[in-house]
Amino acid sequence: MSYEPTIVAFLCNWCSYTGADLAGTSRMKYASNVRIIRVMCSGRVDPTFVLSAFKEGADGVLICGCHPGDCHYHEGNYKCLRRYHLLQKYFQQMGLDKDRLRLEWISASEGRQFAELVDSYTETVKNLGPCKMKQVIETLT
Amino acid sequence: MKQITIDPITRLEGHGKIEIFLKDDGDVENVYFQVPELRGFEKFLEGRCVEEASQIVTKICGVCPGCHHMASGKAADAVYGVEPPPTAKKIRELFYMAHFIHSHIAHFYALAAPDFVVGPTAPAGERNVLGLIAKVGVEIGTEVLKQRRIAQEIQALLAGHQTHNVLVIPGGVRKGLTEEQRADIEEKSKGFVEFSKFSLKLFEDVVLGNKEYVDIILNGPYSLKIHSMGLVDANNKVNFYDGKVRVVDTEGKELCKYTENEYREYIAERVEPWSYLKFPYLKKIGWKGFVDGLDSGVYHATPLSRLNAADGMATPLAQKEYEKMYETLGGKPVHATLAMHWARLIELLYCAERSLELVTDPDITGKELRVPLNNKPDEGIGIVEAQRGTLTHHYWTDEKGIITKANIIVGTTNNNAAICMSLKKAAQGLIKKGVEVTDGILNMIEMAFRAYDPCFSCATHRLPGDMPLVINFRDKDGKVIRTVKRD
Amino acid sequence: MAKEEKPKIKMAVYWGAACGGCCVSVLDVHEKLFDVVAAADLVFWPIALDIKYKDVEAMPDGDIDLTLYNGAVRNSENERLAKLLRQKSKILVAYGSCAHMGGIPGLANFSTREELFERIYDTTESTENPDNIRPQPEYKVPEGVLELPEFYNDVRTLNQVVDVDYYLPGCPPQTERLVEVFMAIVTGAELPSKGSVVGALDKSQCDECPREKSDKKLVKRFYRPFEIEDDGKTCFLEQGVICLGPATRGGCGVRCIEGNAPCRGCYGPPPDVPDPGAKMMSAIATMIDENDPEAIEKVIDTIDDPAGTFYRFSLPGSILRRKIT
Ligand code: SF4
Ligand code: SF4
Ligand code: SF4
Ligand code: FES
Repeated sequence: MSYEPTIVAFLCNWCSYTGADLAGTSRMKYASNVRIIRVMCSGRVDPTFVLSAFKEGADGVLICGCHPGDCHYHEGNYKCLRRYHLLQKYFQQMGLDKDRLRLEWISASEGRQFAELVDSYTETVKNLGPCKMKQVIETLT
Repeated sequence: MKQITIDPITRLEGHGKIEIFLKDDGDVENVYFQVPELRGFEKFLEGRCVEEASQIVTKICGVCPGCHHMASGKAADAVYGVEPPPTAKKIRELFYMAHFIHSHIAHFYALAAPDFVVGPTAPAGERNVLGLIAKVGVEIGTEVLKQRRIAQEIQALLAGHQTHNVLVIPGGVRKGLTEEQRADIEEKSKGFVEFSKFSLKLFEDVVLGNKEYVDIILNGPYSLKIHSMGLVDANNKVNFYDGKVRVVDTEGKELCKYTENEYREYIAERVEPWSYLKFPYLKKIGWKGFVDGLDSGVYHATPLSRLNAADGMATPLAQKEYEKMYETLGGKPVHATLAMHWARLIELLYCAERSLELVTDPDITGKELRVPLNNKPDEGIGIVEAQRGTLTHHYWTDEKGIITKANIIVGTTNNNAAICMSLKKAAQGLIKKGVEVTDGILNMIEMAFRAYDPCFSCATHRLPGDMPLVINFRDKDGKVIRTVKRD
Repeated sequence: MAKEEKPKIKMAVYWGAACGGCCVSVLDVHEKLFDVVAAADLVFWPIALDIKYKDVEAMPDGDIDLTLYNGAVRNSENERLAKLLRQKSKILVAYGSCAHMGGIPGLANFSTREELFERIYDTTESTENPDNIRPQPEYKVPEGVLELPEFYNDVRTLNQVVDVDYYLPGCPPQTERLVEVFMAIVTGAELPSKGSVVGALDKSQCDECPREKSDKKLVKRFYRPFEIEDDGKTCFLEQGVICLGPATRGGCGVRCIEGNAPCRGCYGPPPDVPDPGAKMMSAIATMIDENDPEAIEKVIDTIDDPAGTFYRFSLPGSILRRKIT
């Protein structure tokens, strides 16, 4: 079954978004499934954002932040890392595969890495199949 | 065939519906009592931490949350293979007595008494607590509300939350009692004893003193010969917190006496396609259908059955009343459904006396509230006597103490078959060809049901409620039928 | 003493998929019952009054001034009555956690109807059901047809089924809060805007909680309540025990904390927090005193049942609403 997954990517302004931008300006080709949302810091990604993305029909959510030690706000990416592991545990109880959520570090110079990440994560989510969350919520009796 | 529906059954704790089928000539063909609800606690306890269960299961029933809290707490103790220290056990039981007192007061005065004091066929607008207060006077009414409040306050003091308690923790309790609190509860317990005596006196005057009512109790269509279940202590006296489950047959002979770990050998539950509530029966006898008598597998678990199943009460005043009841009603066991109200008041007195005993026990202010949990958790069963019948919680856990499976047999569920049969008897006795089916007659049918104090919240792990209050009612045209005022 | 005759309001109390605790909380006005009764006519309250569904159906639309609907919506009867009472009521209040967020019965959204039925009617160890019988919405008995409400696959909150005017949270709501709201309505005080949470504070439980807390909540692992020697004084979270205080509205009188048990969130999230569990996950993440992924995972391993704990009372009302299968 072939389908095109929808992936929502939250990218921190200082590193990851710049990295993604670099991938763009360097005309690297990568899968067109991601909808990018720029946030100031990965630490700003409230779990509510992630849950809302699934409710609105995302098949996967990608969060990218600065490498450990490089966060503009010092601790933001660690905070994000902890939330990420907790969310994954919660996801499993909700019947969502933990691979529906992915966290990676992308620096401002890692345009290529970003493009590769998007390709490989798109592949991962494709293999998981469409996420039923939105449909389930809409058809609740 | 004509069909009469009573929906919802009111003044009960939970949802219920009675369907009466009449023959063409107007006699009753059959009656079904249906429980329209299910919530499914057994399923959604799976995955929860076992020590959280005691707080989750209180929401099976907001009328008898404390019973679930206790049974669940005992099951969790058993999961970890521990016994709470004496102080913790006594605090639990003290709490439990307050819980029974609150519930028994509520049931008797708000749910049951209006039928007797105001009259079984009085207008619907008067058959409620307010009508009751109008009859017996505001002073007594206020006293009733006050005593129930005090019982609630004791629960809140001991268990944090007066409704959804947080007292138990595996191996003990979360909070102890100071000397000041103890002394306060002692005074209040004395008040309970007096109030219980008063309630029995009221019952004697109003109900037993009225030939018509005694006649309804003894000879009305309210008698059902089925087996009786109840928790008993080592001396076969009624106990609510601890002991063995004893069942006596319709003649009063012991059928079995089992510990919690043996419940599955004695009790099985049946499913019918027309009710969400299962029908437990005595497994050794087997399901013989909705029939009464010695050979039937149907039993009840009610105040009356508990008194029938025991050899007496463990406290002196209650014991006296116990003897008096059996003397008056012609010996043990009693099968008159409406005698349950009397039995409930005798239990109320027992709880008050027991509360006083516990609160004057030197252990009660002890400091050892919990034992450590050193064993690997696995499986545990807790049984207590709930107001509305023997209550069983059974949990299985993984090695972290996360529940993998749960089974619950709730108080009211025990009485499901008995309630169906009592209703049918009452309907057959009251609805006859040529007799007009009035609202009063329908209420007298509901009385059969109300005697069990059924709490269907519970039953299906579903719903209930408690009481009523009320005041002026309007009929369906919006007309005020009656106003009760304090003058 | 006779009360001066003020027009009384008409009030109804109904339970959906509820435990009855909400009705008990109304009863817990105790002796103030007389005041309630002086100010309101109770026109429908199955637990207490002999008034049947057909009587409600006969009332004109909007005839009831105030309806307290407690309980979640779990079957077709709950839904029918929710709609009926909406139609008959001027003010419809979602009373209690179940109506507000789904409550404890909402934990059933971790399973499907079939899984629930299978456990209850088949595999429970005391059940004997060789013929695989299941309750049926319609069943033919020799005398006629018996109907049962249809049991839904999902538990819903009241506002997922009908328009709700106010939310009065709590499991059950603290009776004093009810009395305040009730008095506001009967005295004709100006009511807050539609959709507001009433009878609760805007502050969190932690603001009300007497337990000692420092600013530094950092932990290397979490504990189950029985794993610590609770000192009765220190904030549970600081002792490493999960407490939903930071993600829960105040107003209950910190009842569970008073009983030495951590809060489980029955008062629902503070204002502007759409999802209590998400809020709690954020708060917890801030507390974990590790930066290495593996170490973090270890700490998170000590949080058993996050979904069932962080969404103890709010699964149906949360963003994801139920487990998918
Ligand atoms: S909110 Fe709590 S008290 Fe009210 S019905 Fe639900 S479980 Fe019971
Ligand atoms: S987290 Fe819990 S214990 Fe700590 S302050 Fe908040 S409510 Fe109190
Ligand atoms: S402490 Fe928390 S769980 Fe307990 S009553 Fe208050 S809000 Fe509800
Ligand atoms: S600024 Fe990039 S993760 Fe914090």
